[in-house]
Amino acid sequence: MRHYLVLRVIAKLLIPFMMVFALYVQFHGDYGPGGGFQAGVIAAASVVLYAIIFGLPTTRKVIPDWLVETMLAAGVLLYATVGLVGILLGGNYLDYFVLGTPPAHGQERGIFWVEMGVGITVFGVMLKIFYMFAGRGREADTE
Amino acid sequence: MIGEHLAALQVVVPLMAAPIIVLVRRGAFAWALTMVVSIASLAIALALLVQVREVGVVSYALGSWAPPWGIEYRVDIVNAFVLVLIGLLATIGGPYAWRSFAAEVPEDQHYLGYAMFCLCLAGLLGIAITGDAFNLFVFLEISSLSTYVLIALGRERRALVASYQYLIMGTIGATFYVIGVGLLFLMTGTLNLHDLATRLGDVAHARPVLAALAFVTVGISLKLALFPLHFWLPNAYAYAPSVVSAFLAGTATKVAIYVLLRFYFTVFGKSEIFDSLPTQDIFLVLSVAAMFVASAAAAYQENLKHLLAYSSLGQIGYITLGIALANQAGLTGAIVHLFNHGVTKSALFLLAGCIWFRVHSLRFADLAGLARVMPLTCAGFVVGGLSLIGVPATAGFVTKWYLVLGALETGHWWIVFLPVVSSLIAVWYVWRFVEAAYFREPGPALIGIKEAPPILLLPAYVLVALTVYFGLDTSFTVGTASRAAEVLLGGLR
Amino acid sequence: MSAFSHFSYWVTIFLMIGGLYIVIARGNLVKKLVGLAIFQTSVYLLYIAPGKLIGGTAPIVADGFQVYSNPLPHVLILTAIVVGVATLALGLGLAVRIREAYGTIEEDEIADQDRATEREERGA
Repeated sequence: MRHYLVLRVIAKLLIPFMMVFALYVQFHGDYGPGGGFQAGVIAAASVVLYAIIFGLPTTRKVIPDWLVETMLAAGVLLYATVGLVGILLGGNYLDYFVLGTPPAHGQERGIFWVEMGVGITVFGVMLKIFYMFAGRGREADTE
Repeated sequence: MIGEHLAALQVVVPLMAAPIIVLVRRGAFAWALTMVVSIASLAIALALLVQVREVGVVSYALGSWAPPWGIEYRVDIVNAFVLVLIGLLATIGGPYAWRSFAAEVPEDQHYLGYAMFCLCLAGLLGIAITGDAFNLFVFLEISSLSTYVLIALGRERRALVASYQYLIMGTIGATFYVIGVGLLFLMTGTLNLHDLATRLGDVAHARPVLAALAFVTVGISLKLALFPLHFWLPNAYAYAPSVVSAFLAGTATKVAIYVLLRFYFTVFGKSEIFDSLPTQDIFLVLSVAAMFVASAAAAYQENLKHLLAYSSLGQIGYITLGIALANQAGLTGAIVHLFNHGVTKSALFLLAGCIWFRVHSLRFADLAGLARVMPLTCAGFVVGGLSLIGVPATAGFVTKWYLVLGALETGHWWIVFLPVVSSLIAVWYVWRFVEAAYFREPGPALIGIKEAPPILLLPAYVLVALTVYFGLDTSFTVGTASRAAEVLLGGLR
Repeated sequence: MSAFSHFSYWVTIFLMIGGLYIVIARGNLVKKLVGLAIFQTSVYLLYIAPGKLIGGTAPIVADGFQVYSNPLPHVLILTAIVVGVATLALGLGLAVRIREAYGTIEEDEIADQDRATEREERGA
């Protein structure tokens, strides 16, 4: 659909705002509605929009498959590691109280990193699903 | 320091292995890590069992949020036993998976297969260890989703359909379960299994609680393939890769049975379930139907793995029969059978995998005279078959002994005959294999076939040896199971 | 206590039964998944609807608020939604693979082909 000038321009205008909004939802999740799940999905939606306008092959060049797979795994690993840090600092698994002083600050810190992991993974998973379905059976399609 | 975190590590170790495998993307590394993780799980499970024997209950508060507010991992003798079973079968499956995957799964999917195996392991361990009803649902779905993928890795296209059917049935089952939990949550405001048990006392006979009981029963029964909710199971086991069938046959349904035990005896309590509702009769009838119908169906299968799958359904009938008896001996029998049958059926599926590895077919017509070319595999299979029948000096006998004792205790003398008579059906289907393998002339398909490689045979033989060992020395299995039965029947203490 | 005062439960039950009916009655693999998704959605509603407290606010302690909604159902259902999405994605993935392997996503046609395979095996 890249032949349509209006779509192209609007998409290019929109995508940066979507990305920023994703980041806002991600980092504002501590104090308001939001968090990793929503942020990951919004960020993935911006990439999906890009893919719809500019085609899947171009998108695969921007965010290659290996990166998607890495994000998918790295996010989970980040989450699990935060939990392990809790053990190493003398608490239980996923104990955020020990991550900082006062303990409430530790909670904030723990949730920040965990939501980071969630966001990365959801972004990765959503893109992976999109790539799998959109790319199926039309490898030769260059449009 | 590690000692106090064992409960968390039990789940976290395999759970973390999966993303690491996906990051590294190497088949050999994935296998090695899976091996390490499996052995670690078994070690942790055994350590937990030892701890539980000493102190009774190990409770672990995730995130240091005290239960019932936070998620609690709660290990008592019942789930410690189940954890050991899962760890054991994963450890046995590890070495076997190397050749099994190489033969049956495309090379570029190996690491994903191992990642799924680790996730499945984490999910199953999580179901067994968690003390939180909703957390249990999440782990149930983790293990189920990875199971669907593992089944779909099977080499035939029918594996895809089997996986799809399992996905539909499994999701309906899990959703039923979560509806039941939702109703309980609405009535009590808690999700902690132990806390639920305490608070249910106030609202015991409210209608939503009974509805919750019904939903949980149906949902879990779908997962444990209780007759007649079993239609997904035979194809799923038959078309999955060998090692996957072996692992699932030994663990997936067994963990679901554990959940049923937990809900019936810990959460609702024996009196609630069995005295005020006809649960006992329903389970008796369904168990008997499973023992006879499914076992008879097994005898008519053309494919060895289908036969084993239907036989599993019949054997699950024994376990639910023990639950229905709901006395010390009956429950002991059920829990021992949960363990023994897991070991036996895994051994048999591993051996069936050995046969497929060489013959590339599991149809009885192609197995004629197999014992001449694969004597060890066939001998092991016969020993496993004897355990299915319940011949003395095999693990299967111990179970039936306790089931008969339990039946005697209830005073319904006719129940005593049921396990005995259904054993005769087991003789029938095991004989079909013996007849094909030992008493027929080898067909042309078997020319040039050698014994299976040691790396496949050895794990299977370890399990076969355990089948015999647990038939002779019952101190570990029966000792643990009878204490578990005591804990379950004791209800809240 | 009119029937209408429990309308959220009626909606839940309607979705539950409707979804389950679609799963059972439809032979098309994708339609089955749609039914399954509806069935799961009913559970989301079952949890969320009672979690709403009229006049309640988000459970963040602040001056001037006394009534807070219980955040737990929402958290649980966020998890359940993720599980549902994963199931749906996997189910659709399988449907795509089945379509590639069988050339159809109608259950009875797949069963026919499977029976044909079985006959072939028996004959060979």
